[in-house]
Amino acid sequence: MKIVIKSFIMALKGAIAVNTERCKGCGVCVVQCPTGVIALNKNVNTKGYNYLYMANPVACTGCTNCATVCPDACITVYRVKI
Amino acid sequence: MDNNTILCKGNDVIALAAIRCGCDGYFGYPITPQSEIMEKLMEEKPWETTGMVVLQAESEVASINMLYGGAACGKKVMTSSSSPGVSLMCEGFSYLAGAELPCLIVNVVRGGPGLGTIQPAQSDYFQAVKGGGHGDYHFIVLAPASVQEMNDFVDMGFDLAFKYRNPVMILADGIVGQMMEKVTLSPPKPRWTDEEIIALSGSWATTGKPSGRRENIITSLAMDAAVAEKFNEKLQRKFNEIRRREVRLEKIKCDDAEYLLIAYGAMSRICEETVDNARAQGIRLGLLRPITLFPFPSEQIAAMTPQLKGILSVELSAGQMVEDVRLAVGDKTPVTHFGRLGGIVPAPDEVLAALKRTYLQNENE
Amino acid sequence: MDVNDIIQPENKVYGKTPVLTDTEMHYCPGCSHGVVHKIIAEVIEDMGIQDKTIGISPVGCAVFAYNYLHIDWQQAAHGRAPAAATAVKRLYPDKYVFTYQGDGDLASIGTAEIMHACNRGENIVVIFINNAIYGMTGGQMAPTTLIGQVTATTPYGRVVELNGYPLRITELLAQLSGVCYVTRQAVHTPAAVRKAKKSIQKAFENSGQRKGLSFVEIVGTCNSGWKLSPVEANQWMVENMFPHYPLGDIKNEELGIKDWLKQ
Repeated sequence: MKIVIKSFIMALKGAIAVNTERCKGCGVCVVQCPTGVIALNKNVNTKGYNYLYMANPVACTGCTNCATVCPDACITVYRVKI
Repeated sequence: MDNNTILCKGNDVIALAAIRCGCDGYFGYPITPQSEIMEKLMEEKPWETTGMVVLQAESEVASINMLYGGAACGKKVMTSSSSPGVSLMCEGFSYLAGAELPCLIVNVVRGGPGLGTIQPAQSDYFQAVKGGGHGDYHFIVLAPASVQEMNDFVDMGFDLAFKYRNPVMILADGIVGQMMEKVTLSPPKPRWTDEEIIALSGSWATTGKPSGRRENIITSLAMDAAVAEKFNEKLQRKFNEIRRREVRLEKIKCDDAEYLLIAYGAMSRICEETVDNARAQGIRLGLLRPITLFPFPSEQIAAMTPQLKGILSVELSAGQMVEDVRLAVGDKTPVTHFGRLGGIVPAPDEVLAALKRTYLQNENE
Repeated sequence: MDVNDIIQPENKVYGKTPVLTDTEMHYCPGCSHGVVHKIIAEVIEDMGIQDKTIGISPVGCAVFAYNYLHIDWQQAAHGRAPAAATAVKRLYPDKYVFTYQGDGDLASIGTAEIMHACNRGENIVVIFINNAIYGMTGGQMAPTTLIGQVTATTPYGRVVELNGYPLRITELLAQLSGVCYVTRQAVHTPAAVRKAKKSIQKAFENSGQRKGLSFVEIVGTCNSGWKLSPVEANQWMVENMFPHYPLGDIKNEELGIKDWLKQ
């Protein structure tokens, strides 16, 4: 059982790239992240929005939840199987 | 006589002309005195022959917006209505003009205001020529005086509409719509193929965006004031070009005229007889019939002023076109209006009496 | 494994569809319109119908929808998009034609046009965004505004005696024989977005098969109008909008119009 869980954790590793200029910092993605990866940055983009960033990148599984609910299509999701 | 020459009602010939000039779609709503146009189209079933779409909409508001949708596709589309229905369409007129969409609108005018009367009138001149909807715009307005012109102006209207990317209105009246006359139908033209539409209007019409071309967007919205002003200036340049190039008129016995009647549509036919009756009495009377109401033949009227002692503008209204006549003439020649209201059509001698009352009383005394 | 090793083209699993333009949307942060635009664009990409799709944008916040999808667009007068779409589809029967309308546009000023387009069974797709408020003009009452809801024109809350009832126009339109598919969806969670996208895809497929009109309502948020944060607005929507506007299919008629006429 232990091996199975381990392989599951290891199976999917994800990361996101945020178009920080397009991001309006609405935060609807943050609450949808199941592994607590993303947060709004303390810094702002040129429009004054606290843009999205990966605060805890190691936890990302590339599930695409954040990008799916993003109203501004500013998140690209990448995923690898390990 | 060939079989293209028939006896036909003015309204019916609009339908026949539409089918024969390759019109793609008619969208309308019944209203007296022009319901025969859609009835005739439904009877002819052009969707089985040319493929033309004919649809009875739920209102004039819907039909004019169907026109917007169809015209935005680069298709030849038209509607018809009468005064109260045309008032409902005015929002759509403004959008059509603002989006520079070519289309044809037939107004078979009846008396107003309000529900008014179903009798013929010419009291929608201001609405047709000066706007009707909001904003700085004009339609090209054609005024047929015969069933033959009802036929001819459909094809001509579409030509002008596409030439200038601007709506065209045929401003008829209940008389021209309802009367029967001999008419020679135009030779049939096929509808444009999709390829022809793309060749003609593909730079702006919503025909479906192929890869490699920018998306075509039909809108009249310009939030930026500077952009909106530039667009309006472009529209005005177009209207000025139309003013220069598209004036159409007919002059009847004007060469030696001392007095001039100016009348359009059905009223001009009555005035033609007035001219004959006047000349029989030794009055040198002529008739100038504007065929285009926008552009108005201002220069042509102004050019006649040196020979004229007086102008009588005769309309089935309380005096609308007379304002444009006065603008054309200034103070060079006296201008007076004569008209009957509420659907009453004056007889030729009534017009002559009005002319005499206005200009010839002193001469007779 | 480093983040930069993962962020490689070959590992991409989700990104902005090329049917969406690069123009930044004018919508407020967190607005549902953006998500709906995105999933329409994705459906158009998935179905490979970009060159055959013509959109009709409304008057209201979504008036500028034409800036955001790489397709041909018309922008209709307030409420009249279904009339324009009717003509487009009749004149180009092989195109995919959809209207995109808000609650003021569709359920107030445009009630006649939507009702008759539905009743004629026009083979178009109607996307109806219901956020219970007028967004563009500054948060006034919509026909779908809830009882008690505060808006700029109901500053003490919507009162039945004065303003009537929140209009469930979607249920009303589902009664019409020309409509083949009516559904109400939302886009506040990943699962909801995926369901809404499936519904929109089904609506476009119905249009291609000429089954009649397909109507997809999306219950959305207007956090600016509601004066809530985007996340709070989603919560408010779940608690207040969904009880009155329950999600799910309302009508799913597999009959085509022609079959229906034979009955």
